[in-house]
Amino acid sequence: MSELDPHGDVTVEQVRLSAELAGAEGRAASADVAEYALWLGDDALVLAQQLSAWIARAPELEEDVALANIALDLLGHARSLLRYAGTWDGRTEDDLAYWRDEPDFRSAWVFEQPNGDFAHTIARQLVASVYLYELYTALQASTDATLAAVAAKAVREVEYHRDHAVQWTLRLAGGTDESRERMVRAVGDVWPYADELFRDEPLIDRLPGVAVRPSSLRPDFDAVIGAVFAEAELEAPGEFVAAGGGRSGRHFPTLGYLLAEMQVLARQHPGATW
Amino acid sequence: MVSGGAWEVAAAVRDPEIPVLTIEDLGVLRDVRGDRDDVVVTITPTYSGCPAMDTIRDDIVLALTEAGYARVRVDLALAPAWTTDWITEKGKRALRDYGIAPPAARTARQGPIPVRLAVRCPRCGSLDTREIARFGSTSCKALYECRACLEPFDHFKAH
Repeated sequence: MSELDPHGDVTVEQVRLSAELAGAEGRAASADVAEYALWLGDDALVLAQQLSAWIARAPELEEDVALANIALDLLGHARSLLRYAGTWDGRTEDDLAYWRDEPDFRSAWVFEQPNGDFAHTIARQLVASVYLYELYTALQASTDATLAAVAAKAVREVEYHRDHAVQWTLRLAGGTDESRERMVRAVGDVWPYADELFRDEPLIDRLPGVAVRPSSLRPDFDAVIGAVFAEAELEAPGEFVAAGGGRSGRHFPTLGYLLAEMQVLARQHPGATW
Repeated sequence: MVSGGAWEVAAAVRDPEIPVLTIEDLGVLRDVRGDRDDVVVTITPTYSGCPAMDTIRDDIVLALTEAGYARVRVDLALAPAWTTDWITEKGKRALRDYGIAPPAARTARQGPIPVRLAVRCPRCGSLDTREIARFGSTSCKALYECRACLEPFDHFKAH
């Protein structure tokens, strides 16, 4: 095997190649695993589409590039997860993204919250990235090799997203009176939607060892948010909690508009490629 | 049997975004196996959404087909996840010569508040640099500026 050059301290002989990107030669997901992959994939897809709306509209060029990069990472996670979800019934990632209607989506409401002003986008990013970081950290230990592989890849990218959200939270909260007022308002508006992320739906009970139990992520989420809020001198909003229901196909009103825009081209020109 | 020839052909394919790096330097090429009739190449994405992977895949098929390999398949493996620690020393030198500050080894971090390490300017060697933006022209790069020579430059993020 002398032809194989070592890459740093890892050589290809030692590399495990079993967890291939799902959809190529990978295993097919069971119905329940596919549903779980759909939850996570839809969260990533909806957030990627939302953030993409900032392209060419962000407050400054660097931020335009940052939000586009974050959206691109999330789109990558969505593609891997939806491709895996589709192995259950033979649908492609494009079938799932473009040919499902609103009630068939499984995204949680926090990802569906409107972009609002920049502070609202940052508040939503803070909730989303801190949650996703804890989720993917835990999901790396999943007994499902494909989910574990997607998580191991995603966690390091989401770490950047979390840094980005934390830095902007500190900057806006500690900036001018105007930026602070907007950040406080944004946190208050977004916070009621965080709770849905930590609810243990019946599906979770059917996937022991495969899925991450949402309620188990809450303590670490609260600890990280608490540290950031302490540094930013922000107070955690009150106990008001939104209904949610995304995992059952009940969505916040923004999702329909988002899907209409995202899906229109694929539906007007079925099968078109470029 | 692994074909040394096939590995060399695939290893010479260059990153479309950073053409001074081969996919071997970048640590993206994982495995090449098969014979002249059938060859399977396994690559790993750098970042999940990196659009260069599609181009790299096409370039590998093209390079091996031109080299006389009949059937070429390129698989993507996600695990274990790529890290900048897999960029070869040769690759890091090529990056620096190209004007991109190469990644340092990944360091442990504490808590959610990020801590930054100084990045050396690839042009003048000064450590007096600052991050302009954590996200740059591609997923793998951040934008920096050197306070000594005043040049902006890309930094390949430790990942």
